[in-house]
Amino acid sequence: MHKTRNFLFHLYMALFLFYLLAPLAVMGGAAFNDSRFPSILPWRGFTTTWFSQLLADGRMWNAFVNTVLVALAVVAVSVPIGTAAAILINSITGRVRTVLYGLMVAPILAPGAVIGISTLLFWNQFSVPAGLHLSVLGQVSYIAAFVMLLVLARLQSFDMALEEAALDLGASHGMVLRRILLPHLYPAIGAGAAIAFFQSIENFNVTLFTRGNADTLTVYVFSKVRTGITPTINALALIMIGVTLMGAVVYELRRRRLERLRGE
Amino acid sequence: MQDLLRRYGTGLTGAFILLTAFWLLVLIVLPNLYLLENSFRPYLPRADMGGPLDTYSLNNYAKILTGDSPTEVFGFTVVLPVHVKSFVLTVGYSAFVTLISFALAYPLAYYLAKVVQPKSLPTLFLLLFVPLWVSEVLRSFAWFIILSLKGPLNFTLLGLGIIDEPIRWIAGYQSIVIGLVYTYVLFMLFPIYNAIQSLDTNQIEAAEDLGSPWWRTHWRVILPHAKPGIASGAVMVFMLSAGSLLVPVLLGSTDSNWFTQVIQQWMFEAQDWNTGSAYAFILLILCTVFVSLVMRVFRVKLSDIAK
Repeated sequence: MHKTRNFLFHLYMALFLFYLLAPLAVMGGAAFNDSRFPSILPWRGFTTTWFSQLLADGRMWNAFVNTVLVALAVVAVSVPIGTAAAILINSITGRVRTVLYGLMVAPILAPGAVIGISTLLFWNQFSVPAGLHLSVLGQVSYIAAFVMLLVLARLQSFDMALEEAALDLGASHGMVLRRILLPHLYPAIGAGAAIAFFQSIENFNVTLFTRGNADTLTVYVFSKVRTGITPTINALALIMIGVTLMGAVVYELRRRRLERLRGE
Repeated sequence: MQDLLRRYGTGLTGAFILLTAFWLLVLIVLPNLYLLENSFRPYLPRADMGGPLDTYSLNNYAKILTGDSPTEVFGFTVVLPVHVKSFVLTVGYSAFVTLISFALAYPLAYYLAKVVQPKSLPTLFLLLFVPLWVSEVLRSFAWFIILSLKGPLNFTLLGLGIIDEPIRWIAGYQSIVIGLVYTYVLFMLFPIYNAIQSLDTNQIEAAEDLGSPWWRTHWRVILPHAKPGIASGAVMVFMLSAGSLLVPVLLGSTDSNWFTQVIQQWMFEAQDWNTGSAYAFILLILCTVFVSLVMRVFRVKLSDIAK
């Protein structure tokens, strides 16, 4: 009884993984197919033209640089905000906390289009034109919440007596923050920065409404698919998947090594 | 508060408050108030702004009621305004996507939490995480290729002799549903997995020992325990689907019009930001209503959902 059940479960798991990963393989494979329309079937021969065309595409490079700049700016703004908000909310209790917490978390659940439009309209009142700077502000409004949640979780395991001790021993307020609280929070802050970076790179909805005429990679791919689609997009996709996969494998290997070290 | 002052002094506490206030006021509350205010004002040339024509009204919201579009539903002809229809279909199909994602994710979450060897979990999770790291644009783009008329899916089906004519997959709303399920199913899987994982396996065994058939064990023991996870997953999938713009634009057909597409048309094609904000506000209300509904039905708190 349990044997058939387990067999079915394993089969389902395998099918599900196929369902998740096969589309990515199709997309990657099409980057090498010598066919003007991106597809793997029918196979018309192996080519690397699409990669050279991609590398020669100035607009793509421009979008790439923009994406990285926006992501770095989002990290730079959302990490201090998220950390400060977590420290603040951790010291408040009662109704005020519930309201503030709700306000902070709400943008995660709000549709990106709404965040984008409200940011665009708000800054337009002060004659700030649309552009990537607005994309940064719009993205920070919800990405800071991820940082806040991570730091808040980490704060739960913080021993406040350490700070008391430092103060009693004559440490200044700045020193308490820099030498005691922040070092405890660094893992959460680091994870928050990584999440902020990737969320920003992925973002499409907020960016589309706030970007003005500037391109980021997601917007670039989007406009390419709508206007003239060639397998250069697949080449770009394959590179992006390759980079993330490498990151994932490196992370996993490092984790396993650490686990082994801890086991010994 | 007092505690913060004592530990970090006025300067640092002030900095914390300023940063948080900047976030909450300048980035969240004020923009949304402007959105609301703008949605009541008419769309005017720059010269007339602030003039006698610039009065508050519900006209922008009333625009959703214009332009009838007869639709056939189960043999009955229902006449709905175009944008109301698009709104209703967006809500309906998003709910449908949520249901399918749940049906796909629940058995898998149970499998990962209770059946599989814990040893192989890290590898499985690594594989499951891969699509999450690939951006949404590319994931929808992959299905754009697969579903296209001369794409691999039709090619394979034709080759195997299952179909004689290529199927037009990108038609109506079906391709959007396919794309949304693929893009968001993992947001259902992980919260449910987390919930089931915290269930004591002894409880399942006790139910089985007492002669409960597998479906009753699930219905009475596992599902109730997984409720917060299901609520969280349902909220995420529904919101992401209803708010998605990429998938409907890339995988939509000429017959489909997602509500976010309507908003985008007001903003960029008609350049009418005021009506655009009215529609955006309607979408925001929909989301708020949905979240509160789920919180009420599943009896969970906001902090359970936003994990």
